[in-house]
Amino acid sequence: MGKNIQASSGNRKWISTAGKLLSLVLFFVVFQLLISFNVVNDYLFSTLVKIGINIILAVSLNLITGFTGQFSLGHAGFMSIGAYVCAIITLRYYSVWGFVCGLLAGAVCAAIVGILVGLPTLRLKGDYLAIATLGMAEIIKILFRNVLDKWTNGAAGLSGIPQFVSWPWLFVLTVGTVILVSNFINSSHGRSCISIREDEIAAESMGIGSTKYKVMAFVTGAFFAGIAGAMYSSYFFYIDPDLFGFQKSIDILVIVVLGGMGSISGSVIAAVVLELISMFLQAYPELKMVIYGALLVLIMLFRPQGIMGSRELSLSFLKKWTGRLGQKNGGAA
Amino acid sequence: MPILTVNKLTKSFGGLMAVTNVSMELEKGELVGLIGPNGAGKTTVFNLLTGIYPPTSGTVTLFRDDKEERLEGLKPHIICKKGIARTFQNIRLFRDLTVLDNVRIAMNKNVKYGLFSTFLRTKSYFSEEKEVLEKSMQLLEILKLAHKKDELAKNLPYGEQRHLEIVRALATDPCILLLDEPAAGMNPAETAQLTEMIAWIRENFDLTILLIEHDMSLVMKICERIYVLDYGMVIAEGTPSEIKSNKRVIEAYLGEEMGNA
Repeated sequence: MGKNIQASSGNRKWISTAGKLLSLVLFFVVFQLLISFNVVNDYLFSTLVKIGINIILAVSLNLITGFTGQFSLGHAGFMSIGAYVCAIITLRYYSVWGFVCGLLAGAVCAAIVGILVGLPTLRLKGDYLAIATLGMAEIIKILFRNVLDKWTNGAAGLSGIPQFVSWPWLFVLTVGTVILVSNFINSSHGRSCISIREDEIAAESMGIGSTKYKVMAFVTGAFFAGIAGAMYSSYFFYIDPDLFGFQKSIDILVIVVLGGMGSISGSVIAAVVLELISMFLQAYPELKMVIYGALLVLIMLFRPQGIMGSRELSLSFLKKWTGRLGQKNGGAA
Repeated sequence: MPILTVNKLTKSFGGLMAVTNVSMELEKGELVGLIGPNGAGKTTVFNLLTGIYPPTSGTVTLFRDDKEERLEGLKPHIICKKGIARTFQNIRLFRDLTVLDNVRIAMNKNVKYGLFSTFLRTKSYFSEEKEVLEKSMQLLEILKLAHKKDELAKNLPYGEQRHLEIVRALATDPCILLLDEPAAGMNPAETAQLTEMIAWIRENFDLTILLIEHDMSLVMKICERIYVLDYGMVIAEGTPSEIKSNKRVIEAYLGEEMGNA
């Protein structure tokens, strides 16, 4: 009997994987058609790009802050590294390969800076780490503006960056990031990161080297932030250092907190919802930030753990519920 | 054959001597008690042995697989990997995680797949994850927590939380287990059950156990040897019957009534 159960659960796994894959393909095709027939026009598509970039940023910050419990206020710094590196490379090598190289180089540079910054600062806790990462992001900003201005064109910024981010790129990079990060979370390494958030002393006593896993989460987060930055520069033609200031880091943090610390699907939902809200509020520019702010206050008042808390949206939720009902019925009979 | 020798271990916090010149020796397979009044420094000794505090002076030596290793000053996670696991006086489970995840996290040190397999879900990811899952379930089944595997740790009844802490410590595959007041807050029936369980896991997991406990019924019943700590110093060492009749121990800790018993 045991074997039967195993076999059927194996089958179910395949079916659910195939189902997920199919729905992703369907999603891709539908939007591709909508874009081809211009139902999704340039304006809507730019919203879509913003959503995708915000999803990547929020999911990668959630890995650091929500799952590993390391409060970082410097995510925009990593984003700016990806953006500048990719922009500088694609401006020199105007081709898709240039873009691919720029994307990877941007992400790798962000990850390297993540190691350099993470090793000394991740021994700090809570507020101290937040201040340290905030300082890091400011330093990066100043470097781009004043020190590296030979390449970055200083405060005037870089413009005329070749545009390569189309729907297929956007889709693959966004969905890819979400899948890779959730693969990480659902592994032994991910569990180790979560255990550090839960109780660092207990985790250490169970054989988990907290510095190693904190740095691992931080660097992974930085890598994907670099990808988001590269996508940003490649879609919006223009970047300057002030786009990646403190405000941007806060915006990303808001998405993470609103979606739920420690929930990938929460970050995705919040990134979509917030971008849509700000799109609809575009019609009322003078009230936009007031309404947006009020909405944030309301959501935090009524759902302080965020939209999803630390749960994930998945079909297994339904299964659990039906399973529980079944058990109850079984118990009654 | 000793498995752990502690030599003149000392810890001072500023001017306060929390632990002074504590020397101990654990034989392989022994079950040793560490008792003493509140504030005597028992938990500090545990924290020194597991690396949560670095000792001010003194040495800790572990003998495992014919190797001699010095442990003092190492980080907790490295000491855990060398084979010393512990539970905590005030339960420190990963409260918002499931029972199963609590155990799986403790198995982390056996996992060998790298970041690449993690991100791309290669074969080694699946085979090793399966192994971790099976081993965790085995442990949970042995200690009768398997039916609660999906429960959040914080939702377990108190006694089971203590059991889960022991399961989690066992999951790290230790040779020495340090139990910090495993019976605290338990009623006599639960304590009796726990006493049996501790004896049982020592036999079946090939362990050496050092335990801190205030419940003398448990200590006197299962410990083969007892160290008594007072003001950070070892004031007596011996078998339960020797300890019961030791004048200094009665004075410092047990009191007359227990001494007569």
